[in-house]
Amino acid sequence: MTNHWVDIKNANLILIMGGNAAEAHPCGFKWVTEAKAHNGAKLIVVDPRFTRSAAVADMYAPIRPGSDIVFLGGVLNYLLSTDAINRAYVRAYTDFTFLVDEGFSFQDGLFSGYDPATRSYDKKTWNYQLGPDGYVLTDPTLQHPYCVYQLLKKHYARYTPEMVATLCGTPKEDFLAICKLIAETAAPDKTLSALYALGWTQHSKGSQNIRTICMIQLLLGNVGMAGGGVNALRGHSNIQGLTDLGLLSNLLPGYLNLPGESKPVQPQAGTDSPEQPMQSSLPVDARESVAAYIARSSLKPLRPNQMSYWQHFGRFFVSTMKAWYGDAATEENGWCFEWLPKLDKQYDILQVFENMNNGEMNGYFCQGFNPLASAPCKIKVSSALAKLKYLVVIDPLATETSEFWQDHGEYNDVDPASIQTEVFRLPSTCFAEEDGSLVNSSRWLQWHWQAADPPGEAKGDQAIMAGIFLKLREMYAKDGGAFPDPILNLHWPYLRPHAPSPEELAREFSGKALRDVTDPADPDRVLVRAGQQLNGFGELRDDGSTSCGCWIFAGCWSEQGNLMARRDNSDPYGIGQTLNWAFSWPANRRILYNRASCDVEGKPFDASRRLIYWDATRARWVGSDVPDFNATSSPADGMGPFIMNPEGVGRLFAVDKMAEGPFPEHYEPVESPLAFNPLSNGNEAARFNPAARIFASDSDSFGRAEEFPYVCTTYRLTEHFHFWTKHARLNAIIQPEQFVELGEELAMEKGIKAGDTVRVTSKRGFIVAMAVVTKRIRQLDIAGKKVHTVGVPLHWGFLGVAKNGYLANTLTPFVGDANTNTPEFKAFLVQVEKV
Amino acid sequence: MALQSLDISARSATTTPAPQARKTVELAKLIDISKCIGCKACQVACQEWNDLRDTVGRNVGVYDNPADLTAQSWTIMRYAEVEPAPGKLQWLIRKDGCMHCSDPGCLASCPAPGAIVKYSNGIVDFHQENCTGCGYCIIGCPFNIPRISAEDGKAYKCTLCSDRVAVGTEPACAKVCPTGAIVFGSKKDMHQHAAERILDLKERGFAQAGLYDPPGVEGTHVMYVLHHADKPELYSGLPREPMLSPLVGLWKGFAKTVMNAGLAAAVLAAFFHYVSQGPNKEHEEEEVA
Repeated sequence: MTNHWVDIKNANLILIMGGNAAEAHPCGFKWVTEAKAHNGAKLIVVDPRFTRSAAVADMYAPIRPGSDIVFLGGVLNYLLSTDAINRAYVRAYTDFTFLVDEGFSFQDGLFSGYDPATRSYDKKTWNYQLGPDGYVLTDPTLQHPYCVYQLLKKHYARYTPEMVATLCGTPKEDFLAICKLIAETAAPDKTLSALYALGWTQHSKGSQNIRTICMIQLLLGNVGMAGGGVNALRGHSNIQGLTDLGLLSNLLPGYLNLPGESKPVQPQAGTDSPEQPMQSSLPVDARESVAAYIARSSLKPLRPNQMSYWQHFGRFFVSTMKAWYGDAATEENGWCFEWLPKLDKQYDILQVFENMNNGEMNGYFCQGFNPLASAPCKIKVSSALAKLKYLVVIDPLATETSEFWQDHGEYNDVDPASIQTEVFRLPSTCFAEEDGSLVNSSRWLQWHWQAADPPGEAKGDQAIMAGIFLKLREMYAKDGGAFPDPILNLHWPYLRPHAPSPEELAREFSGKALRDVTDPADPDRVLVRAGQQLNGFGELRDDGSTSCGCWIFAGCWSEQGNLMARRDNSDPYGIGQTLNWAFSWPANRRILYNRASCDVEGKPFDASRRLIYWDATRARWVGSDVPDFNATSSPADGMGPFIMNPEGVGRLFAVDKMAEGPFPEHYEPVESPLAFNPLSNGNEAARFNPAARIFASDSDSFGRAEEFPYVCTTYRLTEHFHFWTKHARLNAIIQPEQFVELGEELAMEKGIKAGDTVRVTSKRGFIVAMAVVTKRIRQLDIAGKKVHTVGVPLHWGFLGVAKNGYLANTLTPFVGDANTNTPEFKAFLVQVEKV
Repeated sequence: MALQSLDISARSATTTPAPQARKTVELAKLIDISKCIGCKACQVACQEWNDLRDTVGRNVGVYDNPADLTAQSWTIMRYAEVEPAPGKLQWLIRKDGCMHCSDPGCLASCPAPGAIVKYSNGIVDFHQENCTGCGYCIIGCPFNIPRISAEDGKAYKCTLCSDRVAVGTEPACAKVCPTGAIVFGSKKDMHQHAAERILDLKERGFAQAGLYDPPGVEGTHVMYVLHHADKPELYSGLPREPMLSPLVGLWKGFAKTVMNAGLAAAVLAAFFHYVSQGPNKEHEEEEVA
């Protein structure tokens, strides 16, 4: 979230789209209820299904799965054509006036630079026009045909209310009523809070769904405001911490880019835009040096007086390497840069199972992950797992993955005798059986305390990992090996080497001074003494004098102690800004980009929910939040609020950061009921996302509308949590058995009644479940065609105390988003029949 | 036996007068259906607090699970898809359970002394140790709430967590409700809270929003805020004008009079028999037979 859970109460309007907060986040949803009850807020829900969020909404509109960019593009068009934008904000804080390379073009669904052979873009024209000083050229009159404003208007002029009705199936009057409500929040003292989750990410163009709402929020001036923002509701407790700590195949902790083997890539301040697949491996002498890697990652300002905070990349990187390798990391050896893996391509979950299925992997560790249930196309995952020599599953429960080799009849029809994979189960602890911190959607690191001892032989994950590591190190020390240095030299300072404590690890990722850290302005002034915990990432250095395991967490455990354990909920400004409750990364800042809550002079756009403001007498930014800014930079300096961007402004034109284009464009899901994409004038190359993650080996696994006429979408229910709670009796009682949801029209066509048993089939397999027949899923008119949607909740499997069922991912396609490779679980094709 | 802090103001099939010395506040639970997201946290909390575990059932084509109240499920969510106006679908989700009537039909119809009690704070409670399992409470309840356990043949229903309330805390369902749709307090405060909510709903276009506190049972200690107070039946058949069953009236009125008359007649007949015939004598043939 750019904002935080409690802040939702400050909103005037809440849009839930691409998510279902009431069902998936019932506790956080209390702040939506609060905004409605005490701030007069209205709630809009746009969803293929009338959900339990819709049940308490002021306005609901249906939408066809996979058509969100049409809807949101329609909103952009409405805002631009009715001039319902926050002009002061947009002019100062976005790239509205920036000039784009005149080689940039867009035609029939494709941007300039597309190569159909590699299904990727040469992005050289997706950039700004730069002056001789290296700064971006602008046109303050907004007349230049290549200024972002003009390009934006032109691009979204095609997204008319009629096009929205045609492609989304949303009735035109409903769409326009929603546009009107959204447009009202362009007023400086009105905000929209946008809440989304997997309903936007799990598409072949998921990242662009989110980009589109970002653009809407920028036009409305709602980014950086209390009660505004773009708010990702994270699903799995500690998934936010996972991405923050860099447990992604292409990132180091704190969203630092992992060096590639060749092509320079820029670092990303978020999960929305990792790099593109790299080219094949190069000889060692062709690899970039640590200096080149740091230099290209340290982004220089693209406009005068901008902060461009990534220019400090070197400090973050060197401090990370000091945390990993301690004294072994020196300036002379490039901080052990050579010991880091270099990406030859991405190793996301789809790539890994592709490799596994091709027999290119021997072993696989699954820690807190149940891929047989969670990765797409179960038959492919199952086949891949069966090709491993060994599989290690670290989990508190027996999972479908750990038992993938067992015959569970119709639910897991395999022949154990033919599967040679050796499976090791290492029982770990549940969250309530350990101390530690969890990062919630608000970016709060909240410490929690153990409530119960783990059963039997279960051990904490740290102890399990430490045990494996120490054994490996011992073996390398004794027997040698191909590349022992990174293992033998790993810094392992823990008091109990076999079980590093959560406190030690937390202090390590927060960071400490290895030598005295001095004030750059006054070298005699010591900021932190050697051995002390750091106060924040401002104290990180690139000379090896600081160590920090995750720079964005810096300061969470300072000399003041464990700030994550704070539980003071005092709210001095009355707008939910509880700065002494836990620790919010970065720098205990609660609302990102909060400088943008003020006009260029530093006066709040809305004094009634003031975050920070410029106090001229003290010559500082002060207020209810930690400034997301240089606290002493006067408004006269002209520094922009988006300090992580070298431009200092929010980007409507994403330059080369996205895989499939600088402006979000609608593409059909890979499996779509439409044979063509009307927005691309039927261009077959732009029917679905031209850069989507698709493997050649899967080309026969996609269904067509003639055979599989219905749109299917998978989702979660409030009664269950993923595949865990089917093991818990109370959850099983309140939602015992697998079902699918069908609209009344489809059910009538098929002669299906509520409570009948039905089979849902995709090109990849079938599931059998009870039918819930409902008015809540409407038949939609899409491009002159009647389109039905089938809903498949995903919580059942072949283990647990709930009734056994089929894994929903039996149905889903092995297709991923072009940027994040997140699988397309929200829109694909099926057939339905009564059993 | 009630906890010391709960005064019994009425007791089934009993004529002993109720204690009067302590002045207790009349309590109520208010369920705001316009805030309910149907998450079933209340169902889980109810089972956890009351040491209940229903069976893992079947899906019967709806979200309601368990599909009906049982001796192990004292509250359930009932989901109704309605279109009060064409094209304006609403998913009305009502937490069903005992309403804790001021004039409880179950208590009036119960023939087992002390099996059903009403406390002075308004809670209606079943004391299973006195229950004979006759099922009259089910007939007497205008809301169709009590259920007989197949295990012990006794009737069960929501206690409004009388044990928690007795020690000054709220019912488990109110404690866990994530959106504040369930609130608990004095009936007076709950009326005031409801009035604020109804005002908000009217501003949002629900002209008929209102409170459900039906007078036919002299009001209840579980009340609902409804968007459509004029059509309570939209909410999975919430009765429009709940009243004590005529059978209960019969039992308490005419039938009881007739029975009492019958009893008196029997006593009189026995007396006259004794006076006229003397004590009964045993006949040996009858003993042998």
